[in-house]
Amino acid sequence: MLDWMILGDVLRTSLRLMVPIAFAALGGVICERSGVYNVGIEGMMLSGAFGAALGTFLTGSPVAGVMVGILLGAFGGAILAVLSIRLNVNQIVAGIAINLVALGLTAFLARLIFGLDATTKTLAGFTAWAIPGLSAIPFVGPIFFNQDPLVYVLYLLVPFLHWLLYRSAFGLEIRATGENPGAADSAGVPVYRVRFLCTVISGGLAGLGGAYIVVSQVFVFTEHMSAGKGFIALAAIILGRWDPVSTLLASWFFGFCDALQMNLQFANPSVPYQIFTALPYVASILALVGLYGRVKPPAATGLPYRRESKT
Amino acid sequence: MDHIVIDRITKSFGAFRALDDVFIRIAKGAIHAILGENGAGKTTLMNILYGLYKPDEGQILLNGRPLRMSSPADAISHGIGMIHQHFMLVNSLTVTENVVLGLEGGLRGVDYAAHEKRIRELAKSVGFDIEPAAEVWTLPMGMRQRVEILKALYRKADVLILDEPTSVLAPSEIGSFLESLKTLRAKNHTILFITHKLEEVMHVADRVTVMRHGKVTDEVDAAETTPRELAQRMVGRDVIMNLKRVKSAPGEVILKAEKLVATDDRGVRALDALSFELRAGEVFGITGVDGNGQRELSEVIAGLRPLDSGHIMASGRDIGPLDVKRRKDEAGIGFVPEDRQHTGLVLDYPVATNFILRDYDRQPASRHGLLDFKYMARNAADLVKRYDVRLRSPQQPVRFLSGGNQQKVILAREIEAKPKILVIMQACKGLDVGAIEFVQNTIFELKASGVGVLYISTELEHVLDIADRIGVMYRGRITGTLLPQEATSERLGELMAGVASEVV
Repeated sequence: MLDWMILGDVLRTSLRLMVPIAFAALGGVICERSGVYNVGIEGMMLSGAFGAALGTFLTGSPVAGVMVGILLGAFGGAILAVLSIRLNVNQIVAGIAINLVALGLTAFLARLIFGLDATTKTLAGFTAWAIPGLSAIPFVGPIFFNQDPLVYVLYLLVPFLHWLLYRSAFGLEIRATGENPGAADSAGVPVYRVRFLCTVISGGLAGLGGAYIVVSQVFVFTEHMSAGKGFIALAAIILGRWDPVSTLLASWFFGFCDALQMNLQFANPSVPYQIFTALPYVASILALVGLYGRVKPPAATGLPYRRESKT
Repeated sequence: MDHIVIDRITKSFGAFRALDDVFIRIAKGAIHAILGENGAGKTTLMNILYGLYKPDEGQILLNGRPLRMSSPADAISHGIGMIHQHFMLVNSLTVTENVVLGLEGGLRGVDYAAHEKRIRELAKSVGFDIEPAAEVWTLPMGMRQRVEILKALYRKADVLILDEPTSVLAPSEIGSFLESLKTLRAKNHTILFITHKLEEVMHVADRVTVMRHGKVTDEVDAAETTPRELAQRMVGRDVIMNLKRVKSAPGEVILKAEKLVATDDRGVRALDALSFELRAGEVFGITGVDGNGQRELSEVIAGLRPLDSGHIMASGRDIGPLDVKRRKDEAGIGFVPEDRQHTGLVLDYPVATNFILRDYDRQPASRHGLLDFKYMARNAADLVKRYDVRLRSPQQPVRFLSGGNQQKVILAREIEAKPKILVIMQACKGLDVGAIEFVQNTIFELKASGVGVLYISTELEHVLDIADRIGVMYRGRITGTLLPQEATSERLGELMAGVASEVV
């Protein structure tokens, strides 16, 4: 039986577990809206986590760590952009390559820099910071307004991305580029530049998501610590129909599944825990199967754009 | 003074000379038509005017000054707006968003309300009845074209280049479109109108330039010429404008549709208990305003769309359970689809491969699962010759062929399969006079050899030219069947508008 306290606890945890997925998925929304599939989100998250650990390790400041994390994620995005937009490498293949390179390279560099006993050294990180007033609201307050600073960044990011996509000039360019790059080009939109920027932004946000895991959740870097969250983010994008607000809700759904499975795991020690850890992944598959055929990605996503001009 | 002078422009693609020393003067505030067959170089010329291609030789003078352009953005800044044959619109965006797209950039909010107001005023001033808040995909083709024109006008274009503007319009939309050109002319816009439709040229143009094989063959005032004369200049020979219908005795019923019911892509009922019969050696024409179920009818017969109820009998056999391939192989159904670029061809495959798309898996095209490239080359060379497909090489991707030649590739493939029934949709849409003549003659030959042809088209004059009987579709039903001699414009108009008729 879930009583109110347990529900509050699960919700609070779900929010924290949602954050990395949400940052990555929101970046993916921007990227896919501009016409580029970012399958490399997982690798960019991992790079971000590594960057955050590195930055915090070197400076002792988690803020600096987050900055380095965003930079490394954005660098991953830039690589994807160069490969898929400039060199016309298949977007999926380029994304997978980035995932593999990030996996190997971060593991290697982590051992080199942090040493073999890296997992025992705890890094500095963020702690929960209650917003005065709001956090005092019964039930809701402790869940939403007693979180660490990056959660509040996420709260602000969603309305900003909504404004960016639907109200700003750049957002109009993004949407047009992802739907019909030929039309956008003929209207004078710099298609390649828009796609490049969006892919870099997506990498940066995935990096931020990865950084969050390090500086707010576990305070160490471990190999492959992104653990498939980037792929769940890809599912959240589809479930959220390429819309920032819906994608946030979809990410929360996956975060909730994760929190629920943890709770069930502790409550049922006799059941093999792998059954519960699989829950978020099973949920993502079921969600996608349920939506099959009913949601449509931006029309030109995944297709390289080439001007037909012959000189 | 001349608004634009196309000053002795030459442009080659490889060894192919698309434009050869073209000189045209275009007066300010006039409608200037450029007339020519597919492949005459019209589109290349327009792409040069719009900054997409650079000419090899020659220049463009705007108001007497030479124009240097390296991109469409340059053309726009000089007041040149282009309305492409295939619209450059983002269908998921609203009219306002499409018009505003590209005008502003960066991380600033767009004042959509203010733009919307100005667009509404602009539309009103040129007589367009358009709702700026509507999403483009909800609009009919004629409206979308007006959105394209608004896009150019909103950017202060005073030269409008229209590339085959009527080829995407329903017949009912063409009249009002031509009127809107006159409105624009009255506002002192210069209009360049690229087309191969003679009657439209005669209707609106002030001056006509005729092109053939990349050269200007004639330039005259529209008032001083006749359609027959223009057609001659276009194709370089006499065209039989009204084909004499070939007589043939219809045989037994070869295709029978009984109370067909089907839905369209949006789930709306598109065919509503539609029935008809087609006999061997007969051309049954189906016409009507675009979007009354014609496409769905062609698709349920070809096997591309499921039937909700009803039966299709081919030579007495219910073909409902058969898939596309078996309908072709066992029921002898050939299909020339409306959307030849996406349904009829694989655009990036070579012409030779497109010829065997239907028979790739059996002899002689393949043997033991391996393609016979020698046969493919031989076959392609043979068909290219017999069907007069103009191309550089059969290994060329079919994407680079003109519309008329793409249609010939599909026709060749479908006819060589020796069908008993040929469903052919919008056969002549976007084709030039010569290609239309070719298509019509081909259909007459098929008919003489006993093939039943279902000829579905919104182009009434072609249906009248070619069909032995004409069925008119309205909201998924055939509202009446007429013989060509009965098909007065009054009677057809009634049927197209859904006025019920006595059974013929």
